[in-house]
Amino acid sequence: MKNRLKVLRAERDWTQSDLANQLGVSRQTVNAIEKGKFDPSLPLACKIGRLFELPIEQVFQYD
Amino acid sequence: MSDTPPQIKKSTNYVFVWGIFWVFATAGVAFGPKNLWNFNTWITIIAVVIHVGIGLVLIRALKQNLLAMDELHRKIHLDAMAWSLGIGLVLGCTYEMLEDIKLITFQPEIPHLILTMCLVYVAGVIQGIRKYQ
Repeated sequence: MKNRLKVLRAERDWTQSDLANQLGVSRQTVNAIEKGKFDPSLPLACKIGRLFELPIEQVFQYD
Repeated sequence: MSDTPPQIKKSTNYVFVWGIFWVFATAGVAFGPKNLWNFNTWITIIAVVIHVGIGLVLIRALKQNLLAMDELHRKIHLDAMAWSLGIGLVLGCTYEMLEDIKLITFQPEIPHLILTMCLVYVAGVIQGIRKYQ
């Protein structure tokens, strides 16, 4: 699954640690999601969407 | 891991402390009856009850530790546990039969299996952390 997490994070000038703290996960988890190595659960994906004030489908795209 | 959330650090420390207690309780049950209290039945029963009790607390601490993790780390640990359980079951069955079928001359021991499962678990966690780096 592709995602725009890195772009959205960069637009807000957040570090991976900043985003991880806001989501309540580790920096490694944010890094793994950004690189497409790990797909988040639906609750975490919803949390990410809410944080960026975007619908989930504008953050994550199924290949 | 400097970015480890405090709740994970706390629950990991809890597991570590109860793990140490469990090791001492295991040593007490294994060596105490012969070396410390000359097979006194009541003291042995108390030692066994303490050992099982500490073991149950350790299991609860491990579960709490797993629940405190974020979903990626939980996945890494659950994958490692699956490998550990699978290899423990498969190799344990084979290992147990080796003496019966005269491929080894010594008696297979449970500690060998426990050590193997622990090593597989640690290797699984390391592999998982590297995979998602």
